[in-house]
Amino acid sequence: MTPISLEAMAASIPDGASLALPPDNSLPPVALAKALIRRGARGLRLIGVPISGFATDILIGAGCVAEVETSAVTLGEAGFAPRFTAALREGRITIRDATCPAMHTMLQAAEKGVPFMPLRGLIGSDLLAHRPDWKVIESPFAEPALPGGEKIVLLPALHPDVAAFHAVMADSHGNVWVGRRRECATIAHASRRVLVTVERVVEGNFLEDERLCPGAISAAYIEAVAVAERGAQPAALLDEYGFDSAAVMEYARAAKTEGGFAEWCAAHVFAGRAAAAA
Amino acid sequence: MSVPFRPEELLATAIARLIRAVPTRHIAVGAASPIPAAACWLCVKQGDPIRLSLLHKRSGNPFTEGSRELFDLTGQGRVDLFFLGGGEIDGQANLNLIGTGAWPGMTVRFPGSFGSAFMYYMAGRTVLFREEHSPRVLVERVAHISAPGVSAPGVFRRGHAQALVTGRCVFRFHPERARFSLASVHPGESVESVRAMTGFAFDVEGEVPETPAPTQAELALLRGPVCDEMRETYPEFCARVFGRKVAA
Repeated sequence: MTPISLEAMAASIPDGASLALPPDNSLPPVALAKALIRRGARGLRLIGVPISGFATDILIGAGCVAEVETSAVTLGEAGFAPRFTAALREGRITIRDATCPAMHTMLQAAEKGVPFMPLRGLIGSDLLAHRPDWKVIESPFAEPALPGGEKIVLLPALHPDVAAFHAVMADSHGNVWVGRRRECATIAHASRRVLVTVERVVEGNFLEDERLCPGAISAAYIEAVAVAERGAQPAALLDEYGFDSAAVMEYARAAKTEGGFAEWCAAHVFAGRAAAAA
Repeated sequence: MSVPFRPEELLATAIARLIRAVPTRHIAVGAASPIPAAACWLCVKQGDPIRLSLLHKRSGNPFTEGSRELFDLTGQGRVDLFFLGGGEIDGQANLNLIGTGAWPGMTVRFPGSFGSAFMYYMAGRTVLFREEHSPRVLVERVAHISAPGVSAPGVFRRGHAQALVTGRCVFRFHPERARFSLASVHPGESVESVRAMTGFAFDVEGEVPETPAPTQAELALLRGPVCDEMRETYPEFCARVFGRKVAA
């Protein structure tokens, strides 16, 4: 397995693609998001699995995003996601609101290759009223607690064009290791293409190691790997490094205004490339 | 003799009493405020045999199949208690985490519904928590329903709100009549002051007691072992409330 460059990986994601991303507590590909900003991506349709955070907010701020399908967009303790909020108010993006288990369930249907899966809850929520693609049926199976019959929601399978996340490591065969963050495996199984950034590439084969293989995703699903050290920062990466709450607070303050966001981008997204080119 | 305490500490002990009021084996804590997490840890540190699953815990995260395991567990009825909040909460315990104005929150947009549109139905019970207690949060009718307080016949629903804890009082919820009643008022508040700051009508049954102050033992646990457990996940909260900085 030969890794590609981060910039080549970003270039391979076409404008308009649907791109599934994990949230800030589950291996977000922040370095790749910055590379997408540098390449000037446009019209991306982001899918938050099951919610969206820092990477989504910077992509929206840089004008890369047309639509977000997610259960929430948040910077956690640093508060509301400022560029998401501004773009929504100004009508520059649309949002398809969901609830966390609905995002997982739609991907699990895709993972199984079935057209839909049922999910309880949802009925009586305005989320359902705004999702014409979610259908309510009379359950064909008896539920003892509801002798009069049960209404239940069917959710369509969701097949993202691209899934991207930041794993700890890849091996010589292109398998990647995500530890217990198995939602990344669900995204990988459900998506047409899977792009993974890693801290490092190591010799060997995770699938032959009984202790590593439960946290591994087979190379069968993975199109390309790129090395991006500290590629999840300011989010945490398992036990490798912690959440940089000061950096996210600084971002949340700067990104309150469009000008502040542009300055933040100049310092944190474009500065590295200028230095590399010099 | 009473020890000075912070409002967050009063709220955590009030929530801890709601946890203990009902047999509870397993509590899950999602993206909620750190105060409910502190209440859960307080019960654990007091020796209650409760399993605590924190979705946002980094080291030792209990979900080995990823975060979807939380919803799978809850769907099966293995989660006795969950916590939810809302940008708006109304008198029927409907939650709005979407926003105000036209859909999808064109006046004020909140982050989004998270797992509420599933967890509120499927957890054994839910404690609602919102520190801000004002007519803009506690409204007669929410602008949009992320998750409804009660469900129609024919919809599978395992649990409802047990209570709503705010910065001013504790309300109990009665799903059979889809209304709140005032259970206790925090020090400095009264039935009248709560009514003046609440946008929905609620019931008052007899004399309403004051929410008990945290005991010295509870405060010692909160500021010591509870804070130790919470610092990794909620560093800002621990620094602000307990005055404990996270080591770099």
